[in-house]
Amino acid sequence: MKILKVTGHALKYGDDINTDLIIPGKFLTLTDPKEMAKHAMEGLDPNFTKKCEDGIIVAGKNFGCGSSREQAPLALKYAGIKCVIAKSFARIFYRNAVNIGLPVLECEQAFDEIGENDVLEVYLEIGTIRNVSRGTIVRAQPLPKFIIEILEEGGLLNLLKKRIKNE
Amino acid sequence: MSTIVEKILAKSSGKNSVTAGEFVLSNVDVVFAHDGTALLAVESMQEIGIERVFDPSKVVFFIDHASPSPSPQISNIHSAMRKFAKKHGIRLYDVGSGICHQVLPEEGCVKPGSVIVGADSHTVTHGAFNAFATGVGSTDAAIAMSTGKLWFMVPESVKITVEGKFKDMVMSKDLVLHVLGEVKADGLTYKSVEYHGSCIDGMSVDSRMTIANMAVEMGAKCCPMELNSATEKWLKGRVSDFKEVKADKDASYVDELYVDASKLEPLVAAPSNVDNVKSVREVEGVEVDQVFIGSCTNGRIEDIKVAVKILGDRHVKARCIVIPASRRIYYEALNAGYIDKLVRAGCIVGFPTCGPCIGAHMGLLGDGEVAVSTSNRNFVGRMGSSSSKIYLASPATAAASALEGKIVDPRKYGEGR
Repeated sequence: MKILKVTGHALKYGDDINTDLIIPGKFLTLTDPKEMAKHAMEGLDPNFTKKCEDGIIVAGKNFGCGSSREQAPLALKYAGIKCVIAKSFARIFYRNAVNIGLPVLECEQAFDEIGENDVLEVYLEIGTIRNVSRGTIVRAQPLPKFIIEILEEGGLLNLLKKRIKNE
Repeated sequence: MSTIVEKILAKSSGKNSVTAGEFVLSNVDVVFAHDGTALLAVESMQEIGIERVFDPSKVVFFIDHASPSPSPQISNIHSAMRKFAKKHGIRLYDVGSGICHQVLPEEGCVKPGSVIVGADSHTVTHGAFNAFATGVGSTDAAIAMSTGKLWFMVPESVKITVEGKFKDMVMSKDLVLHVLGEVKADGLTYKSVEYHGSCIDGMSVDSRMTIANMAVEMGAKCCPMELNSATEKWLKGRVSDFKEVKADKDASYVDELYVDASKLEPLVAAPSNVDNVKSVREVEGVEVDQVFIGSCTNGRIEDIKVAVKILGDRHVKARCIVIPASRRIYYEALNAGYIDKLVRAGCIVGFPTCGPCIGAHMGLLGDGEVAVSTSNRNFVGRMGSSSSKIYLASPATAAASALEGKIVDPRKYGEGR
């Protein structure tokens, strides 16, 4: 069985990272997600776009709280973020991230046990984070099968397209 | 045995009963999107090659977030929405109609006991009318628009009982800020919040909507309330043929909170988190550049009325932007003479739009500026510059602060002064 794995370097952020920080409302008029990605996390970390390629966000609780804007996970995905690991997520962000094919993993300990820039290998199905830099393992909540299925196809729309094609 | 949300989702998914934690595929009664989210949903439908909406009478678009358009790019989004609406025969509430969460119930689209999905986080507002209403992203909205169905996990429920009456110049915004300060911004993540008690039973529709509106600020999925007499009266002539859904006496709640409304005082959420709740007394004297009275949280007639009452014949010191949440409210305020009084007091009265609340247009904050806003979020950069600061407050606190150019306890202008 193929195990869905993502690899990247850790970018650490705190609690309650809201959707206005991830992508401010004034950029919602941009229709090209690549353009939108240039403004991701702008208000929080002006250097974000310099280091986000192949990044894995490691955050505290309530990541993605606030607006229902799907542009928030989209901006992160197009900025090159491979996965978001947080102590907890706001529900709409979580659902949106899965729908657009951005892996999200809930993990209580990751924030304390992973340092900025640590190289990580994340095994989504078994909820395991391998910290390559430190040689340690952090256990997270594994993702249910139907979410893995969506992520494997790169999002819900791709999965539906495939199903419609196969019917 | 069942909570309100369990009963609504059981019926909408064709089951006798469901319990928290269960996954259901639910029918959707209304799905809507606005100019911040509709285009993505439309593109998603096109991407999977779906050419029609499941039922044109159940899909609604609103042009409300930046309306009328402040830029050619946004005008193009509006045009694309109009084109889609015309092609599919769906209702579109165009520029000037008002904010989706106000217009949807005004137009009779919100039935008690129904399932409402909106591509906007404040969709929870419609819980004030006993609906299961929740915000979703554009992909989920696209799927609901094309299939009329969406999956949900049945949430656990939390019961908040509010007894007693507010003191003068204390409003339902202060109650919801109090609860937010208690449970915090992630305290009710994934939960359904039910408000009960004599205070809620005696409350106006306007006040109830404010409370349901900010449930999402606690992370909640929905905020279905039982009807009260004010809401039943309001719904007359707007909707018919519905059945209210009440919680069973022995329904199961994962947590309960009790609030004595008579002990509440005016509160603010200080910068820059919604749960950074303080009493107005603690922040009194903070200089204010701009006051905003409006939004889906507090842009209703009751809110404008209290502002007018506080302003009296005086003139504001801080620039004060007042935006009625819908054309109907604007018209009501006009007929009641409130607009005249606001203009005389030096306020800027705008056309219905979300406007400054989401930093779209109509009064964005500059570097280091401080605002008192009746809206729902005080996040960094929400209303403009990332160095500006937002205090969330009731319309009473906002109006009193506008008068003096600094944060002021509105009780100073109350009946007992």
